[in-house]
Amino acid sequence: MSEADLLPDAVRKMIDTPIYEERTEFPIEIGYVYNTCAAVENGNPLFWDEALAHAVVGKRIAPPTMLSVWFRPHYWAPGASGERKAMQAHFDLKELLGLPEAVVASNEASFGEPVAMGDVLTTCQIVHSIGPIKTTRLGTGRFWTVDVRTTNQNGDWVGTESYTFFGYGRPEQ
Amino acid sequence: MSTTCTPQLLFGALKVGDCLPELRHTVTATTVVLGALASRDWRPMHHDKDFAVNRNGTPDIFINTPNNAAWFERYITDWTGPFGRLGRLSFQMKTPVYPGNEMRFGAEIKALATDDLGCHWADLELNISVDGQPRTVGKARVAIPGDTSDNPWARKGARWQP
Repeated sequence: MSEADLLPDAVRKMIDTPIYEERTEFPIEIGYVYNTCAAVENGNPLFWDEALAHAVVGKRIAPPTMLSVWFRPHYWAPGASGERKAMQAHFDLKELLGLPEAVVASNEASFGEPVAMGDVLTTCQIVHSIGPIKTTRLGTGRFWTVDVRTTNQNGDWVGTESYTFFGYGRPEQ
Repeated sequence: MSTTCTPQLLFGALKVGDCLPELRHTVTATTVVLGALASRDWRPMHHDKDFAVNRNGTPDIFINTPNNAAWFERYITDWTGPFGRLGRLSFQMKTPVYPGNEMRFGAEIKALATDDLGCHWADLELNISVDGQPRTVGKARVAIPGDTSDNPWARKGARWQP
């Protein structure tokens, strides 16, 4: 490993430490479910037919892949300053590593108890790994993986998402 | 709306190597922006072409990760019907999908298994291609009813091990 590959102390301390535990800003609601289904023309009656949802699941639920949707903050809120961002651990890494740009390289999720209307979810972020410096066609930077584990108001596990990002600087930056 | 409450796709009818019906969808800027805003992703590379080009170095705005997941979920449950229950999903966006691209979704059953708890699983290999080139590749694990009385959504706690 070269000297350039060494991680700052503040970054090393983040690895495998649960941070940014937070609750959803509002109870899970059907409006966002409709928006998501409409955006991809998802006609699954589980999300459109209340009677069928109760018959099949026992409650109205959200598509499992909406897990991350519930934790993105509103773009603006009273009293907030600056742009509000989800996945703060990722943005912390960008800043601490001096890598101004980033893209999601891969995404892995497992889904547990379905997310139901009215649920209040809690999540925490865990920086799982940070790779050595690499150069791709986008620029030079590092890959890192952040896990997001989510539970509901009953303590049931509802899912875990694992994001691998490539944070980079473009050649001219 | 009224839909039958009987599973239509059953595990016993599946074979390794079976392919899911193809889905095609032509992406517009509206597709990208609808998906980004529905997933509450306000990052500008998913709605601001100038930002995408000048900051990200991409030719246009592009479909965001949660929306890509939502497209895969829709594709899988178009096939399973409402009794199919997604257990796992992973994917890699090798090249972004831009307005003007026609997405072609494909999937193949790579494995079929019944776990110790009696849950029936289909493991799928997924892809989204544009002009014959893979843009996003992935895998999914989805629970499929074993018979018309089986319901994967009834599994809770330790009885659900995706």
